[in-house]
Amino acid sequence: MNIPENLHYTEEHEWIKVDGEEVVVGITDFAQKELGDIVFVEVETIDETLAVGEAFGTIEAVKTVSDLFMPVGGTVLELNEKLEDNPELINKDPYGDGWIIRVKMTDNAELDNLLDNKAYASKIEA
Amino acid sequence: MKKTALNRMHHEMGGRMVEFAGFEMPVQFEGINVEHETVRTKLGVFDVSHMGEFWVEGPQAFDLVQKVSTNDVAALHDGKVQYSCFPNGNGGIVDDFLCYRFKEDNYLLVVNASNIEKDWKHINEQNTTGAKMTNASDDISQLAIQGPLALKAMQKLTDEPVEDMEHYTFKVIEFAGLKDVIFSTTGYTGSGGCEIYMKNEDAEKIYKAVLEAGEEFGIKPIGLGARDTLRLEAGFCLYGNDIDDTTSPIAAGLGWITKFVEGNDFIDRPLFEKQKAEGVRRRLKGFVMQERAVPRRHYDICDSSGHYIGEVTSGTMSPMLKKGIGLAYLDKHYWKEGSEIYIKVRNKLVKAVVTRPPFYKG
Repeated sequence: MNIPENLHYTEEHEWIKVDGEEVVVGITDFAQKELGDIVFVEVETIDETLAVGEAFGTIEAVKTVSDLFMPVGGTVLELNEKLEDNPELINKDPYGDGWIIRVKMTDNAELDNLLDNKAYASKIEA
Repeated sequence: MKKTALNRMHHEMGGRMVEFAGFEMPVQFEGINVEHETVRTKLGVFDVSHMGEFWVEGPQAFDLVQKVSTNDVAALHDGKVQYSCFPNGNGGIVDDFLCYRFKEDNYLLVVNASNIEKDWKHINEQNTTGAKMTNASDDISQLAIQGPLALKAMQKLTDEPVEDMEHYTFKVIEFAGLKDVIFSTTGYTGSGGCEIYMKNEDAEKIYKAVLEAGEEFGIKPIGLGARDTLRLEAGFCLYGNDIDDTTSPIAAGLGWITKFVEGNDFIDRPLFEKQKAEGVRRRLKGFVMQERAVPRRHYDICDSSGHYIGEVTSGTMSPMLKKGIGLAYLDKHYWKEGSEIYIKVRNKLVKAVVTRPPFYKG
């Protein structure tokens, strides 16, 4: 299972990459494998400011639909436009071209509540 | 959990195993979309050994099958297969099934795995004249080899001509060096091919031979996930979703297997004849989403002003069309092809158009 060292993680199988005041959010390799073929990503919260844990969108696989949750509070700046025509990028490259949203954080201290790669790895092995 | 004779092979080949109808079955191997496309363009092999098989034999066999089946069993000849359903006595459907006529007094009924016990009980209750019945479900394995190249590839495994077999016919042949294999040009994908029945002890050998014969054509093992997307793209009903003990074949669009001919005095015939003459309130119809969205089972359907007009019974993102497709019971006003309906997806109304299946013609 691919779990890069330089990222933060949530128990809901999202990854977070910090880029100054902003973060990029996606789902983990484990999550995309569990979901199977992703067929649609819907994010209708662009420009909205949401609290940690609030749903910012939904991700649909062939068999299931799941909510996507804010890993930290902040304003949703951007959805990865490539996902509109190629949602399978999440399966092919979950940590790269398959990123989902970019967020401007409300409170950088919330990053401290996230898991590091080792803690996430032990969570999915449990 | 029950296991098919190919369980070990599925694990070895990397199948993701799930519980389905009491069996541990592969839901996918490589991925649903790639498996789906493989069946549409080349060929794929499915283990469908969980399906049930009942033999009905003897001088009373015809009358029993005719009574429990909506289709006209008298229209069959030796070597012919027929799709049909069992009415439940209250205007609903016990199960849908395939009926194989081996001889005038010998039939094989192939039923859904989830309904084996219920069907067996039902037919036995109807068997008041003593037809000989055998539940062979645990002894028979079944493979479906489906796709435009399926018959061509399978021809390599038998000297009997199978490539030009008529649709919905069968033969008992020697296949992959093994005797008494039932080779049937049926399937649940809309892409052609065959379904073959064999003894459990022959299953692994035949499965390996099928994969080997199909290799040059690009064969892949296919899981239940793609089986569902393929059947839905073809517009085929799934028992438990689109038809069940509360739906009539007339409402489900299965009038074509409900034959009101002389001599076919099946259970619930008067009721279904009345429904056909007077009409039903809701009917099963196909639809295609007009915006990007995935319809799912139990989603509500509304008219443009938000009034409830029906419910989705099956839905998915079509891997070939890249559009949401589904089946739904709809109020009469919306039966016409091209009618605009709205699927309630997470409290949002998303436009769809009533479309006659198959949604994809391969």
